[in-house]
Amino acid sequence: MSERLAVLKTYKLFIGGTFPRSESGRVYQVTDAKGGWLANAPLASRKDARDAVVAARKAFGGWSGATAYLRGQVLYRVAEMLEGRRGQFTAEVAAGSGLSKAKAAAEVDAAIDRWVWYAGWSDKVAQVAGGANPVAGPYFNLSTPEPTGVVAVLAPRESAFLGLVSVLAPAIVTGNTVVLVASESAPLPALSLAEVLATSDVPGGVVNVLSGRAAELGAPLAAHRDVNAIDLSGADAELARELEVAAADNLKRVLRPRPGTSWTADPGPERMLALLETKTVWHPTGSLGASGSAY
Amino acid sequence: MAHDNASAFTYAPAPESRAVVDIAPSYGLFIDGEFREAAGGKVFTTLSPATEEVLSEVAQAEAEDVDAAVRAARTAFPAWSALPGAERGKYLFRIARILQERSRELAVLETLDNGKPIRESRDADLPLVAAHFFYYAGWADKLAHAGFGPDPRPLGVAGQVIPWNFPLLMLAWKIAPALATGNTVVLKPAETTPLSALFFADVCRQAGLPRGVVNIVTGDGSTGAALVAHEGVDKVAFTGSTAVGREIARTVAGTRKKLTLELGGKGANIVFDDAPVDQAVEGIVSGIFFNQGQVCCAGSRLLVQESLHDELLDALKRRLTTLRVGDPLDKNTDVGAINSAEQLARITALARTGEAEGAERWSPACELPDSGYWFAPTLFTGVTQAHTIARDEIFGPVLSVLTFRTPDEAVAKANNTPYGLSAGIWTEKGSRILAMAARLRAGVVWANTFNKFDPTSPFGGYKESGFGREGGRHGLEAYLDV
Amino acid sequence: MPSSPPQSASAASPLADVTASDAALRRFLHGLPGVDAVGLEARAAALGTRSIKTTAKAYAIDLAISMIDLTTLEGADTPGKVRALSAKGVTPDPTDRGTPPVAALCVYPDMVAEARAAVAGSGVKVASVATAFPAGRAALPVRLADTRDAVAAGADEIDMVIDRGAFLAGRYLEVYEQIRAVRDVCGTARLKVIFETGELSTYDNIRRVSWLAMLAGADFVKTSTGKVAVNATPANTLLLMEAVRDFRRETGRQVGVKPAGGIRTSKDAVKYLVMVNETLGADWLSARWFRFGASSLLNDLLMQRQKLRTGNYSGPDYVTVD
Repeated sequence: MSERLAVLKTYKLFIGGTFPRSESGRVYQVTDAKGGWLANAPLASRKDARDAVVAARKAFGGWSGATAYLRGQVLYRVAEMLEGRRGQFTAEVAAGSGLSKAKAAAEVDAAIDRWVWYAGWSDKVAQVAGGANPVAGPYFNLSTPEPTGVVAVLAPRESAFLGLVSVLAPAIVTGNTVVLVASESAPLPALSLAEVLATSDVPGGVVNVLSGRAAELGAPLAAHRDVNAIDLSGADAELARELEVAAADNLKRVLRPRPGTSWTADPGPERMLALLETKTVWHPTGSLGASGSAY
Repeated sequence: MAHDNASAFTYAPAPESRAVVDIAPSYGLFIDGEFREAAGGKVFTTLSPATEEVLSEVAQAEAEDVDAAVRAARTAFPAWSALPGAERGKYLFRIARILQERSRELAVLETLDNGKPIRESRDADLPLVAAHFFYYAGWADKLAHAGFGPDPRPLGVAGQVIPWNFPLLMLAWKIAPALATGNTVVLKPAETTPLSALFFADVCRQAGLPRGVVNIVTGDGSTGAALVAHEGVDKVAFTGSTAVGREIARTVAGTRKKLTLELGGKGANIVFDDAPVDQAVEGIVSGIFFNQGQVCCAGSRLLVQESLHDELLDALKRRLTTLRVGDPLDKNTDVGAINSAEQLARITALARTGEAEGAERWSPACELPDSGYWFAPTLFTGVTQAHTIARDEIFGPVLSVLTFRTPDEAVAKANNTPYGLSAGIWTEKGSRILAMAARLRAGVVWANTFNKFDPTSPFGGYKESGFGREGGRHGLEAYLDV
Repeated sequence: MPSSPPQSASAASPLADVTASDAALRRFLHGLPGVDAVGLEARAAALGTRSIKTTAKAYAIDLAISMIDLTTLEGADTPGKVRALSAKGVTPDPTDRGTPPVAALCVYPDMVAEARAAVAGSGVKVASVATAFPAGRAALPVRLADTRDAVAAGADEIDMVIDRGAFLAGRYLEVYEQIRAVRDVCGTARLKVIFETGELSTYDNIRRVSWLAMLAGADFVKTSTGKVAVNATPANTLLLMEAVRDFRRETGRQVGVKPAGGIRTSKDAVKYLVMVNETLGADWLSARWFRFGASSLLNDLLMQRQKLRTGNYSGPDYVTVD
């Protein structure tokens, strides 16, 4: 009996909850660590990036307006789905990054655990980052964190799955929506993650995944006026500088790459906080009655 | 007015004494604990915008001077950052107390150099300046409990560039948290209002602050650009226009410099038909005429519910006729001078654009002094979102009045701007306040009040109004390596 | 402008039907704009920071003297005390005949005749508290009789108290009708309606009661009796001023304002005048439209007046104690 011929997967972009091919019709070859062909990935274009921003903006109101509890539930659901696909992700990570099966499995496990860790933050971050301010006057004064808006994320080039989760989850758990540019050389885990997101109650447009050239996609995203922040984790120093200059056009919040970041270390809340705005609301309190002081 | 008493109860002049402040004919740069002339020997004058009288001559710092200041700050950094937090805090407490002691002198100085009414410099600026130092003094030995990890570290040398609208208060917002967290600073005050920063240098000396911890370099935009670009600077903090903020963001791109920006705004002050109307009128007035409207968080767009429009506008116009415009040193002056000829020209041009685009212009009858830079309180009715005066920051005493019919429309119009600094909501319905506050994309939302500030309360913008917060626990983050 | 009789005012008024029923009156009063306490008090305090010097101060002091309802409302009042106070009201400073007389003497009904005689020919008015002052806790016929007595004895002005209990219980139409009834028996005397703001608890209530009284025909709205813990304050007086300002805009009828109790110094009085000036304007800057209900205030104004005249500080031995 001849060996069964495997069914190969066509990897697609993920924009607004659907899986289109690149509007450019282009693909590029994704190879394993030794240069062997793994798959063709869509080579997304500026127009795909633009469509992704439109989808992310459209999703922002609903996602940021959802209760923190619901966002936590949705993120936890993602972790459940990931758990069910451990094997697939382990194989993709191993093939794409040349890790041993055991090391790849460990990275996938760490990524799922990190996703769960961030899911739990949804309804705690406001308590840690916000609070009442004891102003010197008859006013109730409260500061609360709010999501920045649409965030463009250049996923780390290395650590294609744990690194990816470590930049994506903190952005969306607080209510931001994301246009994610997958690791150029190892995009498959990101494209597969999109399939998980599509089946885990994450509203369409909250996460949009593009694969292709970081420089080609980063430029229009950094300059896009309807993008509020950009995470440059996946940019090298020169690209990061160029994109930061472009991002200044509408004063985007910029997360610079931190070379040497250990994705396995405890991340702390910093990445969430960096993509939050602080809103401070004042209201008079005064006294219950009209006692009113004299002159 | 028909009544006999109409002319009788005119308030006699009540000038604050100028004698409490002694302005020297010239000032050098404050570098490494000493005043020194600029290396290039250049100077410029600073004048009183109310009279155009020259107040003093100030050194123009150039690249070499900025370099010296940054080196002084760099040299001072190891010892300053190694001081126990409690000791740093005690220096800040000293500074706060000396500021309180010298508050009348500094208020008069600020009014002379800036043109703002003495009532505001005395009752708003100076008390807030001292309170800001007092607040951050107490943080210096409690940073481990501020939520930034067990041992948050300072960044190093902070290069700070501040605007002319609240010269000493913006200095306090910059220097107090920087010093509390263990940074050293080089600060550049605005070209048109350098004096209070130079007096602050003297306050630092009186407080015994170690040399080089605070350095003041005066000059124009080129001085600020040199400071921001200096490679010895680890942190850049800027308050000013969005255009300059954008340039600074480009300059520091790709460097290690941490950046916080507090930029422009076009705040919407939203008045519903169930508002406490008399208090709303006061809030509108303070929102746009406080400090001659030269406030980044000014409520420069009045969004009034259609059903209340006529009544509110009548009340507002009646109130504006009681505003007293004139000599900033008079204790009864409500609206002082515009800070500079340049700013006056900008306000004048934008107001002309408002008229040219078809909005209806109104000002109360008021006599403006012959010399100095003056602009009467002005409101424009019939303004739509498409008008330039509804979109561009005017930074002057000019209010654009727009209408809305539903809360959704109010939110949509309020958020329809690249800025996101401030907003106001006036309604007696509590749930509407909370629903509106949640949907407004602005860093500070005042409900049934406006233009209130406090050192404990974080301040800063969304979108093109900048990033980072000043004030409160949040304000520490800008100066810590987190 | 003269105070119009209430009938004609309300007949011509766009507000005529708001008093058609208890429900209509309630809807109207509760539909008035709310008051934010912090904002109101901040505005009143800000007006208190005006600096009134030299000529403006001299003008304000004389104006304040001319606006005083010089008051004695003690159980121990005697005809002699009333005569002495009347003499002082007519000639506040015997050493300076240029000092203006006060606006009125304010006494209990049984002292009206005495006061009337003592101020005869001087232009100083006689005001009488009435309607079972200060608590107002008597049956309406008794309160009306009290008022009639005072008017019959020659009172130019009646300072009535409202039934705070009825107001707080929400029986607005009852309070309205009581004021109307008192108004009717006042004849040509001007009616001041005392709210006892310190007992009404909230600023919203104070705005509502002001409108209620003006609808019922009050010629003056007055903060308080001077007999409770919190009397006139800058904030509650400012609120009354906003009410009379808005009422004139709505109806064309001008109503006066009288803060009473707790105003003891010239500095305070000047601040109240600044508040009148900037809230109501020159139309209200006369004794016809603004009064101070006070007793000790006059001596402080006189001492300040002497200081302005001589340049030296005066003392209590240089003004009369009555």
